[in-house]
Amino acid sequence: MIYLDHAATTPMRPGVWDAMAPFAGERFGNPSGIHGVSRRAKDALEEARERVAARLGAKPSEIVFTSGGTESDNLAIKGAAMSGGSRRGVVTVATEHEAVLSSVEFLERLGHPVRRVGVDHNGLVDPQELVDAIDETTAVVSVMAVNNETGVTQDVVRLARLVAEQRPAVLFHTDAIQAHPTPGLLTDDLHLLSLSAHKFGGPKGSGVLFVRDGVRLEPVIHGGGQEAGRRSGTTDVAAAVGFATALDLAAEDHSRFVATVGGIRDDFEKLVADAIPDLVINGGDAPRSPQHSNLRIPGVRNESLLIRLDRAGVAASAGSACQSGAPSVSHVLAAMGLTREQVRESVRFSFGWTTTQDEAREAAGILVDAVEALR
Amino acid sequence: MRVLVAMSGGVDSSVAAALMTQAGHDVVGVTLKLWSGPDGEMPTAGCCTLSDSEDARRVAATLGIPYYVLDYTEEFKDGVVERFVGDYASGRTPNPCIECNRTVKFDRLLSRLPEFDCDLLVTGHHARVIDCGGVWELRRGTDRAKDQSYVLSMLTQRELAVTRFPVGEMTKADVRRIAADLGLRTAHKPESMDICFVGQGDYRGFLRKTAPEAFVPGSIVDTTGEVVGRHDGVADFTIGQRRGLGVAVGEPRYVVDIDPTTSTVVIGPRRHLRVGTVGLRDVTFTDAPVEGGVTVQYRAHGEVVPAVLAGSTLVFEEPQEGVAPGQTVAFYADDTVLGGGVIASTGR
Repeated sequence: MIYLDHAATTPMRPGVWDAMAPFAGERFGNPSGIHGVSRRAKDALEEARERVAARLGAKPSEIVFTSGGTESDNLAIKGAAMSGGSRRGVVTVATEHEAVLSSVEFLERLGHPVRRVGVDHNGLVDPQELVDAIDETTAVVSVMAVNNETGVTQDVVRLARLVAEQRPAVLFHTDAIQAHPTPGLLTDDLHLLSLSAHKFGGPKGSGVLFVRDGVRLEPVIHGGGQEAGRRSGTTDVAAAVGFATALDLAAEDHSRFVATVGGIRDDFEKLVADAIPDLVINGGDAPRSPQHSNLRIPGVRNESLLIRLDRAGVAASAGSACQSGAPSVSHVLAAMGLTREQVRESVRFSFGWTTTQDEAREAAGILVDAVEALR
Repeated sequence: MRVLVAMSGGVDSSVAAALMTQAGHDVVGVTLKLWSGPDGEMPTAGCCTLSDSEDARRVAATLGIPYYVLDYTEEFKDGVVERFVGDYASGRTPNPCIECNRTVKFDRLLSRLPEFDCDLLVTGHHARVIDCGGVWELRRGTDRAKDQSYVLSMLTQRELAVTRFPVGEMTKADVRRIAADLGLRTAHKPESMDICFVGQGDYRGFLRKTAPEAFVPGSIVDTTGEVVGRHDGVADFTIGQRRGLGVAVGEPRYVVDIDPTTSTVVIGPRRHLRVGTVGLRDVTFTDAPVEGGVTVQYRAHGEVVPAVLAGSTLVFEEPQEGVAPGQTVAFYADDTVLGGGVIASTGR
């Protein structure tokens, strides 16, 4: 099987599981306790927090461990909008992940003022339109760094700068879950940033929300007050250690990752485009992450193509799927102006740290054959 | 051979997939996602009800075959649900399972066999397809009590040549025994008796929610035309219905006619239900067209009666009661299905 669905999840990097294993075994302790067993777990948890903070350029007190990217997004958005201030509103973008959009819908049902800014045909938001959508009711702006379906990369650094200059009372959140973690990801203008370990070689069920010191946030999960009151529930030490270990490995691999994976992706797209002249790369004219390739093949329904690829040994996706596994209609591509039919002709290939050039070339050949068979 | 098995998540299609796998075929399992909400609710977000497709998925995993969910929600809505609603609004009594077989399973899905590199479509229906020297015959299932040949009577040689019903050869008890022996999780699953998109509720409640415009209040009249009551809409009634008329008269009264254009429901004594001739539409034959004496079944699980078929007109040997426009008539010679059609009109 050639695995080209790394944006859904990617294998754990070597050493991550080994680093986590002691905390499922002899160092099983609950980090919130006074005895030695607890202390040994607590030491590991705080060391993991420090490592994550150092990698992101943050303070340890600004790192909240969560159950994953979805929880991080929920905490950032609901937490900011419900923190009790006079500003209760959210401004976001139509192409955000469901974790953001559904949180925003929830707030809307509760009467919070909500605005969703559209994107152009490349999937990019207009900076001034975003700023103009913010008013005195807005508590938080949420713009994702890299889109999970297309890989289209918003210039979050610039957007956050603009908002800080023109609307300084507003918090800026970015869902950076699909961004390969880089040293420059976290800038001074960002207040909240979501990450998920399993997207860069860590375990599932492990996320982080960066919360800048001083930011007021109502918790989403109430209870024993762990994670400095931001997120109750016994902290999963193994998951935190897995997060920190994977983040170190991914950060150290960053230059190679961008160059190699990006090169493999570009080569794959060229091979496919040469054989399928009417191929369209969704978001292809925008800056994109090196991992993603969202291809539209006119006249070929994605459901049929994905099944055929699976049968031929290539794992890809439609970018979004419902729980049953059938492709669902992508709100991201629809927001970019694609028709319902065009959305259904679109398939996502995503490359990762394990992908080799040979694999990608073989997959390109299988894809071209499948398209010929279906046309 | 390469076989595509339509798996509903029930025991019959689970065993059909198992039998094909055991016979050494290269099997792909699929579940058709037909409707998007539990209890017939239109979806506001998210997905279909998952439990049935999850059962199918787990059975496929047990059998070690690839499994996919195929999205047919649009085709189902357009071809089956809207027709169902329209039929009731027009005073007819539709059979949505037959429409689903006609438009979704044995048309849209069957046409995708090449896409899956498959030679045959297999379902869990209780019926049999027999090779009679170049002609494929459709026969009743061996377990007569579970026979589903009636809902397959629209199939022709084109579909029968590439369709098989492996559990049609066995009794339901045998099907359950095989499922239990193989450890399939669906072995003891109860049979679903409901219309899938209506769910456990009353189909009238579904109609009220889906097509409120179909509920135009009107008169209930007797066979002389005298108004004897009021009703909330013709979709609440079906030919032969006795209950819920809201009219108190001495002799039992039945719905004997429905006129959607004036929103009038006609009730009368039982003898007015008797139908001698039927006008059919969408008549098909499993093989060559048939004329003359046949036996027919004109409702699901109904009895079989003799009749004479001449083109699209059917004449019962003895007048029948409860013959409702919209229902399907299946033509038989003994256990062999000859064809079928949909009741367009009825006459004394």
